[in-house]
Amino acid sequence: MVKPIEILSQKKQEAIDRLYNKTHFSDKLIYVGMASCEIAAGSKEVMEIFKEYAKKGLITTYISQKGCVGMCSLEPTVDILEKGKMPVRYIKVTKDVAKKIVEEHIKKNQIVKENALFGTKQKSIVICKGTFCLNNKNQQVVDRLIKEIKNENLEDKVEVCFSSCLGFCEEGPIMIIYPDFIVYSKISQEDVVRIVKETLIDGKVIEDLLVKNNNLVKLVRVYGTFESLKKQKKIVLRNCGVIDPENIDEYLLMRGYEALAKVLTFMTPKQVIEEIKKSGLRGRGGAGFPTGLKWELTAQQQSDEKFVICNADEGDPGAFMDRSTIEGDPHSIIEGMIIGGYAIGSNKGIIYIRAEYPLAVERLKIAIEQARNEGFLGENILGSGFSFDIEIRLGAGAFVCGEETALIHSIEGHRGMPRPRPPYPSVSGLFDKPTLINNVETWANIPPIIILGGEWFSSMGTQKSKGTKVFALAGKINNTGLIEVPMGVTLREIVYEIGGGIPENKKFKAVQTGGPSGGCLAEIHLDTPVDYESLTSAGSIMGSGGMIVIDEHSCMVAVSKFFLEFTQNESCGKCTPCREGTKRMLEILTRIVNGEGKEGDIEKLERLGNMIKKASLCGLGQSAPNPVLSTIKNFREEYEEHIKEKKCRAHFCTNLLTYEINEKCVGCSACKKVCPVEAISGSAKQRHTINQKVCIKCGACWRVCKFEAISRL
Amino acid sequence: MQKENLQNDDLNLKSLREFLKNFKDVPRAESNLITILHKIQEIYGYLDKTAIEEVATTISVPTSHIWGVATFYHYFKLKKPGKHIISVCLGTACYIKGAEEILRKLKEELNTDIGDVSPDGFFSLEEARCLGACSLAPVIMIDNKVYGNLTPQSVIQVIKEFKRKYKEQK
Amino acid sequence: MGKTITIYVDNKPYQVEDNQTIMQALDKIGYHIPRLCFHPKLSIEGACRVCIVEVEGQKNYVASCAYPVYDGMKIYTNSADLRRARRDIVELIVDNHPMDCHTCDRNGTCELQRLTYSMGIKNRHFVGERKRYEKDVSFVSVIRDPEKCILCGRCVRVCSEIQGVFNLTYAYRGFKTVVTTAFDMPMAESVCSACGQCVNVCPTAAFLEKNNTQELFEKLRDPNLVKVVQFAPSVRAAIGEAFGFPAGTPKEKETVAALRKLGFDYVFDTQLGADFTIMEEASELLYRLKNNGKLPMITSCSAAWMKFMEQFYPELIPNVSTCKSPMSMLGSLIKTYFAQKINVDPKKILSVAVMCCTAKKYEAARPELMLEGMRAVDIVITTRELAWMIKSAGIDFFNIEPEEFDDPLGISSGGGAIFGATGGVMESAIRTAYELYTGETLLNIEINSIRGMKGIKEGSVDFGDMRINVAVVHGLGNASKILELIKKHPEKYHFIEIMGCPGGCIGGGGQPYAGINSIPLDEDILMKRAEALYGIDRKKTIRRAHENPVVKRVYKEFLGEPLSEKAHKILHTHYQQKYPKGIIPKEMTLR
Repeated sequence: MVKPIEILSQKKQEAIDRLYNKTHFSDKLIYVGMASCEIAAGSKEVMEIFKEYAKKGLITTYISQKGCVGMCSLEPTVDILEKGKMPVRYIKVTKDVAKKIVEEHIKKNQIVKENALFGTKQKSIVICKGTFCLNNKNQQVVDRLIKEIKNENLEDKVEVCFSSCLGFCEEGPIMIIYPDFIVYSKISQEDVVRIVKETLIDGKVIEDLLVKNNNLVKLVRVYGTFESLKKQKKIVLRNCGVIDPENIDEYLLMRGYEALAKVLTFMTPKQVIEEIKKSGLRGRGGAGFPTGLKWELTAQQQSDEKFVICNADEGDPGAFMDRSTIEGDPHSIIEGMIIGGYAIGSNKGIIYIRAEYPLAVERLKIAIEQARNEGFLGENILGSGFSFDIEIRLGAGAFVCGEETALIHSIEGHRGMPRPRPPYPSVSGLFDKPTLINNVETWANIPPIIILGGEWFSSMGTQKSKGTKVFALAGKINNTGLIEVPMGVTLREIVYEIGGGIPENKKFKAVQTGGPSGGCLAEIHLDTPVDYESLTSAGSIMGSGGMIVIDEHSCMVAVSKFFLEFTQNESCGKCTPCREGTKRMLEILTRIVNGEGKEGDIEKLERLGNMIKKASLCGLGQSAPNPVLSTIKNFREEYEEHIKEKKCRAHFCTNLLTYEINEKCVGCSACKKVCPVEAISGSAKQRHTINQKVCIKCGACWRVCKFEAISRL
Repeated sequence: MQKENLQNDDLNLKSLREFLKNFKDVPRAESNLITILHKIQEIYGYLDKTAIEEVATTISVPTSHIWGVATFYHYFKLKKPGKHIISVCLGTACYIKGAEEILRKLKEELNTDIGDVSPDGFFSLEEARCLGACSLAPVIMIDNKVYGNLTPQSVIQVIKEFKRKYKEQK
Repeated sequence: MGKTITIYVDNKPYQVEDNQTIMQALDKIGYHIPRLCFHPKLSIEGACRVCIVEVEGQKNYVASCAYPVYDGMKIYTNSADLRRARRDIVELIVDNHPMDCHTCDRNGTCELQRLTYSMGIKNRHFVGERKRYEKDVSFVSVIRDPEKCILCGRCVRVCSEIQGVFNLTYAYRGFKTVVTTAFDMPMAESVCSACGQCVNVCPTAAFLEKNNTQELFEKLRDPNLVKVVQFAPSVRAAIGEAFGFPAGTPKEKETVAALRKLGFDYVFDTQLGADFTIMEEASELLYRLKNNGKLPMITSCSAAWMKFMEQFYPELIPNVSTCKSPMSMLGSLIKTYFAQKINVDPKKILSVAVMCCTAKKYEAARPELMLEGMRAVDIVITTRELAWMIKSAGIDFFNIEPEEFDDPLGISSGGGAIFGATGGVMESAIRTAYELYTGETLLNIEINSIRGMKGIKEGSVDFGDMRINVAVVHGLGNASKILELIKKHPEKYHFIEIMGCPGGCIGGGGQPYAGINSIPLDEDILMKRAEALYGIDRKKTIRRAHENPVVKRVYKEFLGEPLSEKAHKILHTHYQQKYPKGIIPKEMTLR
């Protein structure tokens, strides 16, 4: 009998052949970022331009798409790969830039420097930092390389970039030198010295280091990333922005479905669970329940039917990790789920995904179809006798459906209202059957853990939090976007190194993690390592991965009000503390920001908040007060100022502002003209005044004044 | 006009019935309720009463239950929407960059409220959770197109421009 | 039987069984944790959070109604923080409530009121916006006042889980959550069966019967009217509870006396109407049996069941007996036979019925039941409304001197009395049908297999050579179960009794509210009420309808014989499908 692993290996070879034939004949490859965020930024139009040229026969190029690379502030991105040339990544590509890229780069080989992120130096060395190369040996090679380049004063001529998985992990550490396209494999520290001397300086190829598998080399496509990858480690996002998510062949190239084949060939369900337990992986949905234990509990249940669910109802405002993962690498989730099904004895998987993610849904549908066609889903997977299939169910706009019992009710066709636990879904879940629920990020971690082993995974991170975590970095930060960091990295490293600090050098005030369920941490917490326990003890939570940076211009009371407004709006209305309590808290916050706060309001917020936390039915209610309680804890003085002095130090709460005209006024009357309520009076060339009783504090005068004559107090 | 509407309703009901065949006499048919409601919204543009009643009888789910589900999820529209839908993103990034002001301005300009239709039936106004275009904040979406980096002034321009283009095409 | 475990409650050890919730365990060892959304007959909601307790090792409070006990569990029921949390939760409910207790129908019987008191809420810290809704007074039976609703969901659950009507649902969400009907339609245009069980289980006044007491007080002052009243068997079995008598204390003659004191000229007994129902229904059954008529035949006494049938099972109309209910039969006789007897224009007769039922208000208004443009019953009030009227009029029900019913429509058989309990109609019908068919008197007249609170009861009786298979169900949810069965196997039964409410009429939607230490739908209370009726039956010398001299006389003087043309005109009716169409889910698993 042919083993699953052999079938897979056959399939992979076929995939490579197909890919080779497809790309082999074009000497230029254009990859356009086509995730939701990129499309929103205009990548569709950019894609159209390239296709238009191709249609007219003006360029002969292989045009394809890729998922999100995590660089939201620089989107849309376009990569141009060319034999014997430096790979170039273009950022902020508008339609005009796209035309320029065709006219200048594609046709005349002139790089459009204004928009090129890298690829502008003489030589570029790309080192694989894909998931399967995340090890010490690789890191030593990198460190040595950077040192040698410095020693030889080559920094101006050579740039070192890192790539996501290049697809031939067996050959690592691997290094590609552009523009000559020399690919060295299995490099040691000593080799690095030789490479710098012989190849970089003398321009010679070192034959014995060259990679052997030539066919694969032709498929290599390279994506250096910007510098901050140094602190990042990509496991979950290993293929995002690397492969075409609508082409299963590219996933196969990146060791796709190898974990599944391994499991089906060599491992019992029990061994799979042991491996997951060994990895120390914890649920990435927010609460951090040990994944292996969850699997074990579900596996132990006797039942005629069990279910595997992927929770893709990503609902935190400002969080888009799951969407990007699905859009960029749908197969990794599917593969994870099949392995989960095998481990617990289930044949049926359901992906519950937000209806607001049409592209992700589409990509999943395509991926499921492809996986079925290739025999990874359906009856008798890879000839193993194990059967498993996946169905997609859409959510319909209810944040609370991220809570597992609410999610189950929603799949069952009910109102998404949670129910008391126990029983837990592992015992009685969907249709009262044992059910294993994990979120997108958790599932995406499964294949690498199976391939590289639980120990490999648990070697990353901290004592209790293993592996990496994906964050959606947003707010007042230079590099907004998606990042994946090893657990234990500090908030400071994320904000200042990966995030590139705060725009315009404004002062850092807080970082909000965990979205509406989380809290705001102040400057004193910046050295907190990012792991479940540390964040909780600092007063926030890990959450699903939203991370918002707040600078001095944001009012913490208003921020907490924003989050509470969100949860209050999303409360399902079932239990009293959440339904009624959050409403009252919101009313109190509203009066505080409106300058009508009363003595004792802070205490009332605390009293309600603590009660709601402890008495609510589900996680939504239990965490709803967090943004308020944490800001009271860390920024109590701001609350007090609002209430006692009727002042908002961030000048954010309109009702607490006063506009006054000072002695700098030259009497130009610009403010008078712009005032919508005619609150300003004064004759020409005389100092004007504002009638405070009429002023609506719209700030129009303050914005229009050229002489700084209007003070905002 | 009325006749045209009637014909539309018939066609809509026909395609709904066709879709419902997938769920007749299948086990746990009622678990597909949300999928079916999505379909109704796709066909009718909102959750039409006749359509809900049709679903209730076909898959044997009490009408009240469907009503409870339909009103629970914000994605479902209970009223016939305007020709074009404006979604104002109130996600974190947009909020911080002034989405509330954009929304206020739009309400004023369109003379309508969130979840309602402008008097001329042209625009529906809706709020959205993060539209995923944080770098362009604040943003709105008209139908499926995103308009970013808005100010209270420019958003009115966007609306006017949209209407003008629509008229031109007609 | 579970195994015995030790739990610690406020540091005191107790031996309890496992496989139960904290609340169940504590109820048995002398703790009554405050509660609101919990109801033992309904599924666990865990929503109100009033019953929270502290469990050592748990980060948060747990709802004692939902959380199972385990060995060594340490529970704290009264710590300072917990007490404050519970108090605050109840205050939050109160803060979103109209607090018009003085003018509220549930003043004194309101569970929220009691809870507010026992939580010691003296100040209100969190007052803010309060929800505003219109009262829905569209329906003649049940009115809905969402402003008073505290969203415990008991009505939604009783309507779906017990009654299987699925008229009520939660709609919208969050602070805007409201209990409503499909498409927010008025109750009058909904599939509501009018059973009133939502009124029974509601802790506040969010559901009430349409109150007709003021109208009645006014009519009772009208000197031009002859005021005639009848009251149902179950009224006498339960009205005492409204005055503090223990459940199951029969108050038949006291009720007669109180009604006279309220100003009625004639007090008649619905039980006599029941005797006529037996005569007609037994005859109809025999007619169907002999003439290949549609079987099984199903009883038609229960007003909620009738409305439910017309909306949910119109295809079964041919199976339903055409007999009017006892109330409507007696009402019809009052406006015809009795009017002739006392020589009064029937338009001058005020025909009032006191019923255990909210649906009877709907029945009385049915156009099919009109007699030459007149209603057979002009006003229906519930047991609760009567109790209130007695109190309001200053009548001392506690010490009242018992009085007898009036002639001629006040004499009834024991068969009429037991109509009020589930199985009673069937039992009485068999007593009479047996004799009509075989010509012999049935000696063993108490049929125990169809008594009691089991949801679906079956039995069979041999009518000489013919075996009659019968089924008795109560609660509309059970009705659906048996109806689905007979749609597939119509041959299974010959005769089915269906009562809309759990326990039959004694558990009707118009009965007195549960007292301080009791709960609505409590089987113990229902059993005691039923026992009161069986006691009345046992004490009667006449226990079979056909032996009732008044019945014989009215047939002789007025109706002719059962199923005669005149009997048809006055004692029978017809049905038609009503809309909106009701839908029974395939498997009643909806949450």
